[in-house]
Amino acid sequence: MSNEQPDDPEGLETLFDADIDREPTPRSQRLKRQFDLYVAAPFRVAMTDWRAVVGTAIISAFFLMGTLGVWLVDRPTSGDAPVLEPPFQNVDYILGTDTFGQPIGAQLIHATPDMFRMVFAGAVVSVGLAALVGVVSGFLRGSKIDTTLMAITDVIITIPGLPLVIVLIAIFQPGDPYVIGVLLGLDNWPGLARTVRSQVLSIREESYVEASQIMGISTGTILRRDVLAQLMPYVTVNSALASRRIIFESVGLYFLGILPFTTFNWGVMMNIAYEGNALSRPDMYHFLAFPLLTIFLMSFGLVLFSQGMDSVFNVRLRARHASTIDDDGGPDS
Amino acid sequence: MRSNYFVKRVGQAVLTFFATVTLTFVLYQLMPGGPAEALKNVILQQQMGTGNTIDPARVERLVAQYTNIESDAPIYVQYYQYMTSVFLEFDLGESLYEDATVTSLLAERIPWSMLISVYAMVIGYTVSIVLGAVMAFKEKSRFDSVSSVAVIALNSTPYYVAGILLIFFFSIRNKFFPTGGRVGLGVEEGFNLAFMQSIAHHAALPVLSMSILGLGTALTMRGNSVRVLGEDYLRVAELRGLRNSRIATQYVGRNAILPMYTQFMIGIAGVLSSSVIVEEIFSYPGVGLLVYDAIQVRNYPVLMGSLIVFTLVTVVSILIADLTYGFIDPRISSGGNDE
Repeated sequence: MSNEQPDDPEGLETLFDADIDREPTPRSQRLKRQFDLYVAAPFRVAMTDWRAVVGTAIISAFFLMGTLGVWLVDRPTSGDAPVLEPPFQNVDYILGTDTFGQPIGAQLIHATPDMFRMVFAGAVVSVGLAALVGVVSGFLRGSKIDTTLMAITDVIITIPGLPLVIVLIAIFQPGDPYVIGVLLGLDNWPGLARTVRSQVLSIREESYVEASQIMGISTGTILRRDVLAQLMPYVTVNSALASRRIIFESVGLYFLGILPFTTFNWGVMMNIAYEGNALSRPDMYHFLAFPLLTIFLMSFGLVLFSQGMDSVFNVRLRARHASTIDDDGGPDS
Repeated sequence: MRSNYFVKRVGQAVLTFFATVTLTFVLYQLMPGGPAEALKNVILQQQMGTGNTIDPARVERLVAQYTNIESDAPIYVQYYQYMTSVFLEFDLGESLYEDATVTSLLAERIPWSMLISVYAMVIGYTVSIVLGAVMAFKEKSRFDSVSSVAVIALNSTPYYVAGILLIFFFSIRNKFFPTGGRVGLGVEEGFNLAFMQSIAHHAALPVLSMSILGLGTALTMRGNSVRVLGEDYLRVAELRGLRNSRIATQYVGRNAILPMYTQFMIGIAGVLSSSVIVEEIFSYPGVGLLVYDAIQVRNYPVLMGSLIVFTLVTVVSILIADLTYGFIDPRISSGGNDE
């Protein structure tokens, strides 16, 4: 995206001023320009892609659920309502109630904030580490640091993540959603780091980065201004995919009862319903079905969002009419 | 150049495996109170009913027997002991509950997990390669957009959710498949038709639910094929008057599938790891269920042992993928040193 910069006069100014003064344009104007480049313009493009629109809508709905919803709906306690009320009968508990008489809708809502905490911690750890390692090693290509970092990455990429996470959980029994998020995020970064590195390698070859180097701008500044800015779209797409993975895995581990039950969680609800033989008891169907539906919706939203963003950001792909769909293997294990 | 690459890859594989074994050793040390304390609690619980009082020396001996670590020795001696017993004696310690070594427990279970995961991979990938290719050929058609949405939706379904739904519809509502186990009761073991059928019958649902994991590949395949379809050499091939079938398989198929080969091999390892969740849902006694049961009772030696074995499987599959990639795709036979 920054290769468009030299085309507009202000960008040229930035470029020429750079070797005299590191702060060429007033901060407010720069912010405004960056906002336009990275937020407003992609937003306008995003509105043309249905996947981005639907994905964003779903994620926003969940966000509202986790903020406003928690505030509007009381935290459920057992005995709030009759046991196992069917759904869509009573306005007080539209989604019915569970075997303890807790409204299911309220439980789903109150599980959202912790889910977001987990996802946030996990995405920050995995994407952050990946970006850091990938950018550093890509930029110092061929140096000792690069070799070491890539050797470490290759080792960690191979250690199977889920079993390792399970062993860690079995030993430490973490209850805090942030800690769980970090643990789940740990096994996700190496693959991403490799991809970021190859992206950095190709950005490095671009003429404007070379120009910056010739002008004597420090490596740190180039990293920040040119490379990181270019990587942002990529990071956004992958954060969404990393989030999806963390949701899958944490809910799965709660569902199996491997993670200790400390908070409301969709997985915990599924566990209780499943252990209570919900599959063969029609009066309990809704207890299992709504958490299932919630996970599906959330991850559907995230996948759509990431694919929508990919087609929005990936100008080169669009131009070549190569593909409008995520093509780096994207969301698997 | 080739032999150099070979040595480098094998060296890396050995290094990775070494690192994992070291990691499990570190994890033992990180346990609250160290391995001795952690295991003592488990052993005490286990022997609660027997009325025996346990003297520290005996616990020490048991810990050493179960984990190959003598917790009163200096740490470098412990490390040396642990590494030699894993690497030289292939001894992963002993299960706390069954009177069996971890190695034998795993060896008994792994073939079953491999059975379902390999079939799941093969089905998942075959379906998605064919589907992706067809989607690419009919790009922008109604079929393309409908199946794109369907694949995204399937991809958003966690495989355990798929598992639950499959059990619900095919075992509980309609009794097409059993809800658990790996062979029917009273089926004679051995090389006979009934036994084989029973195995297939029991494996069907786990395989189906795990195949979902590979479905994202359809979109990758679609993307690859669309890109290949736009290349110049395809037009040249058409102008040369080559048969359509030849273009489809040798030009498009080959070039589109190649980038997915490594991913496939890595996927095998991923599926094996996911077996913990799937096997518990289908109560299918494979490695995954072994791990699950080990978590419930804090059977640390089994947990650590399976982590090591899972890594070994992954390391070997990725190594095979990397080394054979050169034969399949001549373009990179000199070895991909960067990216």
